[in-house]
Amino acid sequence: MIDVVILFFILGLAAGLLRSELRLPAALYETLSLVLLLAIGLKGGEGLAKQALLPLLPQLGIVILLGIVQTFIAYFILSVVGKLSRADAAATAAHYGSVSVATFAVATSWLVSRNITFEPQLTIFLTVMEVPAIVVGIVLARGLSKQTNWRALAHESFLGKGVTLLMGGLAIGWAAGPDGLVPIKGLFYDLFKGALALFLLEMGLIVARQAGELRKRGLFIIGFGLAMPLLSALLGTACGLAMGLSVGGITLLTTLAASASYIAVPATIRLAIPEANPALSLAAVLGITFPFNILLGIPLYHWLAVKLTGVMA
Amino acid sequence: MTLITEKRTLLTVITESAIEETLLKDLEKLGVTGYTVSDARGRGGRGVRDAMWNEVSNIRLEVICTRALAENVLNYIQSHYYDNYAMVAFLNDIEILRPEKF
Repeated sequence: MIDVVILFFILGLAAGLLRSELRLPAALYETLSLVLLLAIGLKGGEGLAKQALLPLLPQLGIVILLGIVQTFIAYFILSVVGKLSRADAAATAAHYGSVSVATFAVATSWLVSRNITFEPQLTIFLTVMEVPAIVVGIVLARGLSKQTNWRALAHESFLGKGVTLLMGGLAIGWAAGPDGLVPIKGLFYDLFKGALALFLLEMGLIVARQAGELRKRGLFIIGFGLAMPLLSALLGTACGLAMGLSVGGITLLTTLAASASYIAVPATIRLAIPEANPALSLAAVLGITFPFNILLGIPLYHWLAVKLTGVMA
Repeated sequence: MTLITEKRTLLTVITESAIEETLLKDLEKLGVTGYTVSDARGRGGRGVRDAMWNEVSNIRLEVICTRALAENVLNYIQSHYYDNYAMVAFLNDIEILRPEKF
C-alpha cells in the first residue's frame, strides 16, 4: 500500500499541474520545515544518547567522502556528457552531492510504518552530508580562488536553517534523553506524519512548477535526474554494507546518497556561483529526482538492501 | 501654510531575496545609512517570482539619499549584480522633510 503522506504529494502535484488556485501560505511551509527538521534531530539525538559516540567517527569520514565522490561524478557527467558550462555543471553537481531532508523524512516514515528499525546515527549522516558537496562544487566552479569569501560561505553553510535546527535537535534530544522528551512528544513525534503530509502537499505544488522548465531543458536533464540518484544509490548501498548497517540503515543511507538538496545548496550556491542558472539545477532536483526518490526510489533501495544483506549474510 | 521640503532621490531595487544580506552589506559600505526592505512578488525576464517559497521570492529595497550617493549605488549594483541576478533598479526625485535625516 502506498504511504498516505505520498498521496498528499500526489494531490499537490495534480493541483499544481491543473493550475488549481491552491496555495499554502509561505509561513506555513517555513513552520512545517522547522518542525520536521527539529523532529528528525530530536529523534536522532534520543537514539544517540543510548550509545557511545566515538566509534561513529570513521563512519562520518566515509559519508563525507561519499558526498565528495558523488559531486565529482555528477560534475563529470554534466560537463562531459551534458556539455553544460563549468558553472552550471558545478552548481548542479553540488545539489546532487548534498542531501534532501524531505526525502530523508519520507524514507524514515516509510520504514517506521513497516516496523523496520534503523541506526540513530543516520540523522548525523544527514547533517554531515549537507555541506561537503557545496565546498566541492564551489572549488569545481572557481578553482581555489582567493576571490571566494570562504568565511561568509562557511557561515552560510554551517549556520543555515537546516544544519542549525538538525544539530540543535540532535543536541537537545541527546541531552534530554527519552524521559526528558516525553512532554514535547505530542508535537514532534505524534504530529510528525501530519506535518509531513502538509509539507509534501506543498512540495507537490512546487514540483509541478518545474514542468515548464523541464520542457525547455529537454531529455538530457530528465535522464540525468533519473540516472544520477541510481548511480549514487549504488555507492550509498556499498557504503552502508561496508559499515555493517542494518537493512533499515542501509536503506536510509542509500536514500541520502540518492537524494539531492533543494534548500541548503541552492541558497549558498546562488551567492557563491552567481553565473550558474538556478532554474536548471532546481528543475532536475525538484522536477525529477525528488519525486522519483519518494515515489519509486525508497522501495527500490529497501529491496536492494534486503537482497544484498541476504547475499552477504 | 507651505511645507518647506527639500529634494532627495529615492533609489528602489527589486531583486532576489537570496542576495538580501550581501546586498545590504554592500550598501552600508557605500555609505547608505538607512533603508526599507519589503517582500515582493512579480514577473519578469526570469519568470514568475511569486514567493511561494524561498528560491522564488523577491525583495523591494528602498533608500532615500542624495542624488550623488544614489547614482554611486546604482553604478555599483549594476556592475556587481545585473549580469547574474534578477534585478530592477531605478531612481525617483522626491521631496522630503527633515533634510538632516537623509
